[in-house]
Amino acid sequence: MNPETLDDNFQIPAPERIGQERGSLTRIVQEMVFTVDHKTLGLMYIASGLLFFVVSGLMAAMIRIQLSVPRNHFLDPDVFNRLFTMHGTAMVFLVGMPIIFGFANYLVPLMIGARDMAFPRLNAFGFWVFFFSGLLLYFSYLGAPGLYAAGSAPDVGWFAYSPLTAKAFSRGHSTDYWTLSLLLGGIGSIATSINIIVTALCLRCKGMLLVRMPLFVWMFLVVAFLVIIAMPPLSACQIMLILDRYCGAHFFDTQAGGSAVLWQHFFWIFGHPEVYILILPGFAVASEVIPVFSRKPIFGYPVMVAASVMIGFISLGVWAHHMFTVGMTSIGNTFFAISTLLVAIPTGIKIFNWIGTMYGGKLRFELPMLFCLGFLFQFLIAGLTGVMLAIAPFDWQLSDSYFVVAHFHYVLIGGLLYTIFAGLYYWYPKALGKMPDFKLGLWHFILFTAGFHLTFFPQHLSGFLGMPRRIYTYDAGRGWDLWNLISSIGVIFQAVGILFFVFNLIYSYVKGKKAGDDPWDAWSLEWSTTSPPPAYNFETIPEVRSRRPLWDLKHPDDPDWKYE
Amino acid sequence: MRPVADMFRPLSRPAEMIHSSSLLVLAITAGIFVVVSALLVFVVWKFRRKGPEDDLREPPQIYGSTHIELAWTVVPILITVVLILVTSRTIGEIQNRVMPENAVQIRLVGHQWWWEIHYEKEGIVTANELHVPLSRRDGTGERPTELILESADVIHSFWVPQLAGKTDLIPNRKNRTWIEPFVTGTFFGNCAEYCGTQHANMLLRVIVEEPEDYEKWVRKMRQPAAVPHADLAAQGHKAFFANSCINCHMVDGTVAAGVFGPSLTKLMTRQTIGAGVAPLTPETLRAWVRDPQKLKTGCLMPDMKLPDSEVDSITAYLLTLK
Repeated sequence: MNPETLDDNFQIPAPERIGQERGSLTRIVQEMVFTVDHKTLGLMYIASGLLFFVVSGLMAAMIRIQLSVPRNHFLDPDVFNRLFTMHGTAMVFLVGMPIIFGFANYLVPLMIGARDMAFPRLNAFGFWVFFFSGLLLYFSYLGAPGLYAAGSAPDVGWFAYSPLTAKAFSRGHSTDYWTLSLLLGGIGSIATSINIIVTALCLRCKGMLLVRMPLFVWMFLVVAFLVIIAMPPLSACQIMLILDRYCGAHFFDTQAGGSAVLWQHFFWIFGHPEVYILILPGFAVASEVIPVFSRKPIFGYPVMVAASVMIGFISLGVWAHHMFTVGMTSIGNTFFAISTLLVAIPTGIKIFNWIGTMYGGKLRFELPMLFCLGFLFQFLIAGLTGVMLAIAPFDWQLSDSYFVVAHFHYVLIGGLLYTIFAGLYYWYPKALGKMPDFKLGLWHFILFTAGFHLTFFPQHLSGFLGMPRRIYTYDAGRGWDLWNLISSIGVIFQAVGILFFVFNLIYSYVKGKKAGDDPWDAWSLEWSTTSPPPAYNFETIPEVRSRRPLWDLKHPDDPDWKYE
Repeated sequence: MRPVADMFRPLSRPAEMIHSSSLLVLAITAGIFVVVSALLVFVVWKFRRKGPEDDLREPPQIYGSTHIELAWTVVPILITVVLILVTSRTIGEIQNRVMPENAVQIRLVGHQWWWEIHYEKEGIVTANELHVPLSRRDGTGERPTELILESADVIHSFWVPQLAGKTDLIPNRKNRTWIEPFVTGTFFGNCAEYCGTQHANMLLRVIVEEPEDYEKWVRKMRQPAAVPHADLAAQGHKAFFANSCINCHMVDGTVAAGVFGPSLTKLMTRQTIGAGVAPLTPETLRAWVRDPQKLKTGCLMPDMKLPDSEVDSITAYLLTLK
């Protein structure tokens, strides 16, 4: 080779040089693919969750356009059915689950003073399995028609009641995409949950006894146990469904003596704990944010822990309250009504304890606190409509009506999403080193809250008036027109609110004020390291003597460990 | 006509029983809502940060209080116990009701996307519109209607909010529910379990009549279909039996005995077509015979691609079924 033509910058691409091309796109992609760092993975979980959130949010907007006026022709019935199926499935499995796992991944090691999760590579595996399960679900739009040219995306609803999923009623491959995607996602969730449990139980720093563990970590411990218990029944019924569809098994094949109700039992044995899997992380965020912005420790820490564990246990025995209409015996119905009502007790305790935390404090209405207050108010409504649904006879009227739609959106948006927003604003300075913009965030809060109540409150009423869920159109004159129109108008406010939110995330990263290590004057260990934290989290592993190690540090004259 | 199916205006017995317990639940939950949200607002207002001077000193650090926590554990437990007692009683009263001898018995079979209705004792098969007698509550003739619920394909759900709560129609399983309306009129309901493409247009009407009118309806339904003599209708009669219509549809008293589609016996006595997708008029009937997919996209009756002359004559024949 002629030495004069040799590029001066040329270097042999040896493995030890991989990663030296700093800042380039390949470098960023490579870092994301190879990383096993819990913080990077946590952010990747949250980012992909937000991406899927925007996509399935747009799907919901299309649903609302179709329903804004009676006998609308904006969407075909099949397209509508695909939209609500994909919206539901994605919001639960591709938005809720990854975002809560993102929070767990990022924060659990930092809060317990560890350098990483217990199994970093399992952690990366969990993320990638989840991510591809999401892509697989969305790929159904292209892949599912297959050779049959029948069907497209799944259109069986997010709980896919058999026998609607049988070959006879769901041709093509749409149901298979749904099944396989959920199977994959389940593997990822179980991997991450094992990781959370081991991390929380084994990697706590010196002095961090279980009774001093932040409530956030406690609640994720409960969540992780619930995932491990709840996911296998879901996977089991997915496998049974595949066997039915391809190997001639007859688990759910009613024409051959199978049972349609069996699917419902399997699905809801997963599905109800899943609700708590999604809402306990909301409680986790609230239990961190409310004390800091009230300037007081959490009221009744032991009771909060006990209530979380109790919710976890009770949630395993309430699944058939989704099935009050399938014709169970009066004893069965009574049992599940009672067990469901019991959930109200620990949940009530939690709400009172949060209010107790604020009582006598000095409340600072920063963005995280605003969203937590929204959460408290909205979750109160969601909890009370939940009590109504637990009354089996009342449920015979309300079940599968728009009242239920309103109820679980109050739980999942009013409860979970608000605490996710709170958490994102709260830990944004820690993760990115910049303060989120208050004004933009305030607009986000105001517009989104207005839109949320406009959209979902009227749905309680249309439910009272007999409107069933999952209908692609309805006749005028049944008393539903006005409520549906208001509901659809609310979407505009929500969408603009979300625009403010997304813009704020980007704007604050580029132009935001620099955040210090501890901008909120908080008390848990993640605030004791730099923002963003280094790859190894802590220079020296901290040692704690109470539930609020940074309080002890800031108030040596009046440390917590004197009272606990 | 009662198109607004308001569950808080029950006009039949199980719906009424549900209504009275739900009012109690609403009162209790409304009470809790008012108390807790007032507390929340009060705390947020009272303990807000009043100015920069508040940042100088932290408030007193309170870690909890056993007495207070005990109080707000015990009170919810008491409320829950009340709710449990009310619930169990109402469940038992509704589910364990024994039907009297004279109860009307109807077998309701769900199909994608219509309702097959059998009056087995009376020997009547019809579709999408239930006729039931009024139950007099003054002691002169209580007559509830028992519904046996089945499905031919996927899960559906019977829900007529002003008459009763919902009960699912599940394949390979027999469910039952009952209604006991005490006001005449046409009550609206929907299929309340997602059952595929046209779930939205699987509507159900319950026509509650005075007992005499109900008996009149039964007698009418049992009369055999007349063979039409008018020109067009007679041609349509021929075309109807020569085409594949009779593979799926039945007309009582003729050789048409198909069971895959709705029975057309006394078709013109019904109020709607296509399980409620449109009111039944000569125009909508013709449009349906022309191409049902235009009226109800995805329904299981295909476009038969009949020539115009046959569309007209078959429509004319169907118009004679009354």
